[in-house]
Amino acid sequence: MSESYRRTDGPGTDTWKVALFIPCYVDQFYPQVGVATLELLEKLGCEVVFPLSQTCCGQPMANSGFGHLTDGCSRLFADNFAAYDYVVCPSGSCTLHIVDHLHVPGREAEVQGIRERVFELTEFLTDVLKVDHLPARFPHRVGLHQSCHGQRGLHLSQMSELNAPDFSKPGTLLGMVEGLELVALDRVDECCGFGGTFCVSEEAVSVKMGRDRIADHERNGAEYITGGDMSCLMHLEGILRRKGSPVQVKHIAEILNQSI
Amino acid sequence: MHKAETDHATASIGFNRDEPYVDWHDETLWFVRVKRDRAARQLPEWENLRETASGIKDFVLAHMDSLLVQFEARALENGIKVHWAADADEHNRIVGDILESHGITRMVKSKSMLTEECHLNPYLASRGIEVVDTDLGERIVQLRQEPPSHIVLPAIHLKKQDIGELFHEHLGTEAGATDPQYLTEAARVHLREMFLTRRAALTGVNFAVAETGGFMVCTNEGNADMGVHLADVHIACMGFEKLIPAERHLGVFLRLLARSATGQPVTTYSSYFRKPRAGQEMHIVIVDNGRSAQLARPDFRNSLKCIRCGACMNTCPVYRRSGGHSYHHVVPGPIGSILAPNFDMRANADLPFASTLCGSCTNVCPVKIDIHYQLYQWRQTLAREGYVPAAKAAGIRAMNAVLSRPRFYQWGGKVGRSLMKLAPVLVNNSLNPWYHQREMPEPPGESFREWYLRNRSKK
Repeated sequence: MSESYRRTDGPGTDTWKVALFIPCYVDQFYPQVGVATLELLEKLGCEVVFPLSQTCCGQPMANSGFGHLTDGCSRLFADNFAAYDYVVCPSGSCTLHIVDHLHVPGREAEVQGIRERVFELTEFLTDVLKVDHLPARFPHRVGLHQSCHGQRGLHLSQMSELNAPDFSKPGTLLGMVEGLELVALDRVDECCGFGGTFCVSEEAVSVKMGRDRIADHERNGAEYITGGDMSCLMHLEGILRRKGSPVQVKHIAEILNQSI
Repeated sequence: MHKAETDHATASIGFNRDEPYVDWHDETLWFVRVKRDRAARQLPEWENLRETASGIKDFVLAHMDSLLVQFEARALENGIKVHWAADADEHNRIVGDILESHGITRMVKSKSMLTEECHLNPYLASRGIEVVDTDLGERIVQLRQEPPSHIVLPAIHLKKQDIGELFHEHLGTEAGATDPQYLTEAARVHLREMFLTRRAALTGVNFAVAETGGFMVCTNEGNADMGVHLADVHIACMGFEKLIPAERHLGVFLRLLARSATGQPVTTYSSYFRKPRAGQEMHIVIVDNGRSAQLARPDFRNSLKCIRCGACMNTCPVYRRSGGHSYHHVVPGPIGSILAPNFDMRANADLPFASTLCGSCTNVCPVKIDIHYQLYQWRQTLAREGYVPAAKAAGIRAMNAVLSRPRFYQWGGKVGRSLMKLAPVLVNNSLNPWYHQREMPEPPGESFREWYLRNRSKK
């Protein structure tokens, strides 16, 4: 537990019991993102548990129109996560699905509690742990990809469409990382085109959107593209690797967890 | 009911064959979005205006019956003839009969998405009546015999070279001419002749005011005014959702409409029609055509708040990279995709899926329609009612079977990753749409869960 992390508020006990909600595709394809999330939360003084029987929040089915088939996933989710002070997830999209759509017939009060205690990683850091500095170092030019569900759904950053004051929770955290230079993008919050099953059912548009997002980062000199959702980054990584670009993707948890 | 010949995804493949063209289309519409942002930021009360407009429209939807009766009574008092049309056929018949009763066989028409929705032009042609669209963009697509690709910018999919060729063929401009000034001048001369010789003019309606029986028509070209001021008969056609309660509400909507549509402070011509001038006949045709059905759908009724500004199209990253025609519905883009299934679920079942649910549309909407939420809800409705392709439904069921059983999921993940390592060709092949233009992620040796069991779960 590092002294250099501070929290200004707590749940009433000394240690915060946090359940880690790891998206299924992160579990299978990007374990390092889960590890970084876990280590980061531990450094910040949380007691972190990974409930072992978790699978998927059900979003891929629901966004495809089959919300009525997700009862099994929802019940499983409730069984795994009901017992914790907080549920933290390194994905805005999966978090939003739980916030908006987690329902289990006969267990509404319990499930409502989960919906109120589930947080995307960066908002958990800024809003609950109230992190105001990080001993992290990442001496690179980094472009921040704002994933739509986190941004427009969970309101992690101000949305460019609104006439309202600017803020960015992931941007604030990246600003605490020593040596990191956040590059300004031409289009600050345009969708990358991943979109769940959209990425295969609308492959042509999906890839074109991804290419255009990448071009924006490249044009502005990013060495790394980061973000709060590995799904968007997986899509962008697929395009980057196909074209042999030196630009790499890195989940924001991996950057925030880079020690000095 | 029929299925669309080409669904959105397939049409988008065609659209994306010419990448520089897609870039141009994207940037052209993004430019409009940026202008809109700039205009919105000049008004500190912008978000309040949206909220107010949304509230007024909610009131209209909740009081549609009494407001419509009030509007009709006032309009009749003003000497306007009011017609009610249950559907597109009745609308077309009413317009055709009015024209025929005056012996009119040629008419000018300003912008009206409703008449596109009702396919009025081909209907009137079948009755021997010629219609000339006088909005420049509409005239261009009419000469090309294609539908508009955008509700505010009907010819936005065309470059000036396309217009040059078209005008050379139809208006006799010089071959190879691309100068916008020159081409516009040619259109102006061509249309002036139409305005001067047509005895009937049809317009759309942007806002119909229940308390006065008057209605407002907004254009940037003045073509609606040119048409009706020179015509003996003015026919205004409106979907019933165009109502607003009172004149004072025009101030709210006029401030939002042009800023949202093009970034202008107000439309160049915002004309308020109250009664026919001496010797003129004025008709209003109020059309349902499925709107009552939409009003009765709790999840989708507030799509009827739409004031047809087109901001959701300009901001939509999918629309900008697939073009209006790929949506195969009279209103393309996000708003069209929540209106279209109401008309025909089978034919338009693909449209709510032509979105990443990014939510930008909802944020630019001047009347705060929750467009992306309704796209999500339409997906649920379409899947429940069996309009999602069988193969996709089977795939989702299989996915669900795995994901709702932890053991099965853990085992399947392990086997899947091993297979990807041993025989990458199983996923890296032409049957995998992901792989077509993207690399697959490298499968790691262990899952996070496996790492966790090794490193943390030693209790």
